[in-house]
Amino acid sequence: MTQTAPAIELKGISKAFGPVQANKDISIRVMPGTIHGIIGENGAGKSTLMSILYGFYKADAGEIFIQGQKTTIPDSQAAIAAGIGMVFQHFKLVPNFTVLENVILGAEDGELLKPSLAKAREALTDLAAEYELKINPDAVVETLSVGHQQRVEILKALYRQADILILDEPTGVLTPAEADQLFRILNRLREEGKTIILITHKLREIMDITDTVSVMRRGEMTATVKTAETDPEALAELMVGRKVLLRVDKQPAEPGAPILQVRGLRVVDGDGVERLKGIDLEVHAGEILGIAGVAGNGQSELLEVLGGYRDATGEVRLNGDVIDLTGKKSDGQSRRKRGIAHVPEDRQREGLIMDYHAWENVAFGYHHDAAYQSGILMNNAAIKADTERKMEKFDVRPPDPNLAAKNFSGGNQQKIVVAREIERNPDLLLVGQPTRGVDIGAIEFIHQQIVSLREAGKAVLLVSVELDEILSLADRVAVMFDGVIMGERRASETDEKELGLLMAGITEMPDKPIIDAVEEQLAAKEAREAKQHG
Amino acid sequence: MDRMPHWADAVLVPLISLILAAILSALVIIGIGEDPVAAFNLMVEGALMRSAGWGYTLYYATNFMFTGLAVAVAFHARMFNIGGEGQATLGGLGVALVLLYIPWPHWSLALLAATLGAAAFGAIWAFIPAYLQAKRGSHIVITTIMFNFIAAAFLNYVLVNLLRPQGAMDPATEKFPEATHLPTFRDMFSSAETIMFRGAPANVTFFLAVIACLVVWLLLWRTRLGYEIRAFGHSESAAKYAGISPVRITVIAMLISGALAGMMALNTTQGESERLILNATEGAGFIGIAVALMGRSHPFGVFLAAILFGFLFQGGAELALWTNIPRELIVVIQALVILFTGALDNMVRMPLERVFLALRRKEG
Repeated sequence: MTQTAPAIELKGISKAFGPVQANKDISIRVMPGTIHGIIGENGAGKSTLMSILYGFYKADAGEIFIQGQKTTIPDSQAAIAAGIGMVFQHFKLVPNFTVLENVILGAEDGELLKPSLAKAREALTDLAAEYELKINPDAVVETLSVGHQQRVEILKALYRQADILILDEPTGVLTPAEADQLFRILNRLREEGKTIILITHKLREIMDITDTVSVMRRGEMTATVKTAETDPEALAELMVGRKVLLRVDKQPAEPGAPILQVRGLRVVDGDGVERLKGIDLEVHAGEILGIAGVAGNGQSELLEVLGGYRDATGEVRLNGDVIDLTGKKSDGQSRRKRGIAHVPEDRQREGLIMDYHAWENVAFGYHHDAAYQSGILMNNAAIKADTERKMEKFDVRPPDPNLAAKNFSGGNQQKIVVAREIERNPDLLLVGQPTRGVDIGAIEFIHQQIVSLREAGKAVLLVSVELDEILSLADRVAVMFDGVIMGERRASETDEKELGLLMAGITEMPDKPIIDAVEEQLAAKEAREAKQHG
Repeated sequence: MDRMPHWADAVLVPLISLILAAILSALVIIGIGEDPVAAFNLMVEGALMRSAGWGYTLYYATNFMFTGLAVAVAFHARMFNIGGEGQATLGGLGVALVLLYIPWPHWSLALLAATLGAAAFGAIWAFIPAYLQAKRGSHIVITTIMFNFIAAAFLNYVLVNLLRPQGAMDPATEKFPEATHLPTFRDMFSSAETIMFRGAPANVTFFLAVIACLVVWLLLWRTRLGYEIRAFGHSESAAKYAGISPVRITVIAMLISGALAGMMALNTTQGESERLILNATEGAGFIGIAVALMGRSHPFGVFLAAILFGFLFQGGAELALWTNIPRELIVVIQALVILFTGALDNMVRMPLERVFLALRRKEG
């Protein structure tokens, strides 16, 4: 009996970082011409495993076989030579180079660029025809949409003769339509006999496109199953180790008086680019307004303005009173005093001081609170006691106020931030990406906390790039695209498809195929960017 | 998890750095044909075994404590204030003006006023770079070092053209009035039978420096301002989120830093020379950087490191006096200590971290 050798086989891979066992005795077989999904929570060891395969880390133990041959991969050059290509979550492109220049970077044939560029141009034309990877080779990368930049990354790998393509969370930054298109490309690559490893935490993607799926939990490979023989609930249970509620239980909203009213909000950034182009929105008491959209369309700027650390023009009212958008009274302290709490998008850069103890972080932003002072000194004992109480209520593990923030897992770090903000009982809660990099168990908990704040009659403004999260949490959804709100829908009366179109800047159902309409929209946006760029 | 226990970071790393510096220094001394053991004995003998030696060691240490604290406070706000030299120079001017032009009935009142003068002048000198950094983004490393030169030139002008007594040949002010002279250690600790700290310049300012260490510790770890300074130093983006103004913290941290550096002049100008002379700082502003690095920017660490550098200065002076080891080589030894404890910190830390990781893995 003849059997094809697996494209990749890992046997007993282990890797420890100090006391943390990131990968423990992992074995996996990826068959050629298949799409193999690897799913697991943050910190489960997916990225470490792929870094070992791509030569960034050296495994402590274990063997790697590529196309049946035992191989060692000491660095990424060796990985490329072995036919492995990697598309990182954060693209490794030179923003001010053209597509062509990026493709040959590191793979130039000689001192002079001209022959390499000519060769690459020809190769790109062939690849575009073969895999539907159309792209303008002379476009400057920073003017391209994120989806097209990703295409450049894939082309880079294919140009280097990759047979095995690893994609790390490829859809995190894409609109649903762009994600669909990516999947079409991946399907095409599979048909041509390429092997694809897809790392993701989105169960739906796994179900949609993979042939086989491996589940990782706490550094171990807990199961490898045929996708056709499993379902999302079973996978979630394998990831977390217990039954998980995938949807949020909540009563229908009973919106009260408007808490936040935004009129004609505009932001121009340091480069003179208009990031918000006249935003109007309202959030009522007892309501969650979700802001959907692909990252980078102005959502962050909106949160920063409302949170008090970016200047803007326009009118913002809180409980009917106009609040300052520039000057001394527009800072984070003034916002907090008015009853706006803010769970920022990036807890490591903004929400927490990673080197501060948990207790110092619980006071962060509220360090002027009278309860935290004793005379001219801070009442550290009171803060620690408060921290212990919040840690218990929010089930932060380990419940140790003296541990530095950086030593908590992502989910527990986020719980510290959420506890700090929600326990202030604010009139308005701003939440950005509340569950980014947070394990499923903690997601469930954080979602419940947000919903219970709503049920207490407070207003919540939720920004998330995860449509699933928006749809299950929000009562109303506003979609942002290129600094404007494209439309608003009741969460119960819309679906991913409709929101997906709005996210791509399309307000009406097109009479041509959706993919083409999206392409057109993106091309128009790129042309605008290129013009601004020039 | 932290890579290694806190005590190892605070104690073991500087200790090993110091030993490495000592070994290398010994090799250099052997290289010029002298005996390193004898040299070391002489340093200890001269700096630590007699009260007069201690009097010098602690005098230098007082300078280094002030300048070390100055650098440390700025470090906590993630700023590299290398302008301690200039701020101390201006601090000297503040001391001189206060003592020359206002009559003081008692040294304690004079010291109090001189402290304010020194702190104010040092703070003003730090304010300009701080403002330029906060508002204009001019890098503080560039501006503070430029301000050292400006301060030196400015003091030169002031001493030669404005403050020099008529007919005097050297660029210095006249002696401060008798009533402002500070009690030295000799005045404080000698009894009728035994004279202690004979001829040594250590004076009451030392205790002021120790108090400054304590106050800085309180400021950084027990007050809201310190909390904001450290938060800003760790993460500017997070500070903005929390409503901590980067401009305000940059300016305030530099004002405190400059004031501390300026206060060094109390020791040299009011305490030792009892008049304002050129180059009274003798490079202490720069030594402060090494002191802060070695002391991990912690006031207690700064205290210990300042005493160590005081020992090196006094011991080095003894070597130059009693052996054939040339003065320049003593600077080499001091530089080696600075190099190992300050600049090459990671050379020691990284292997040590690996050792601790291996130990922990064995336990686990």
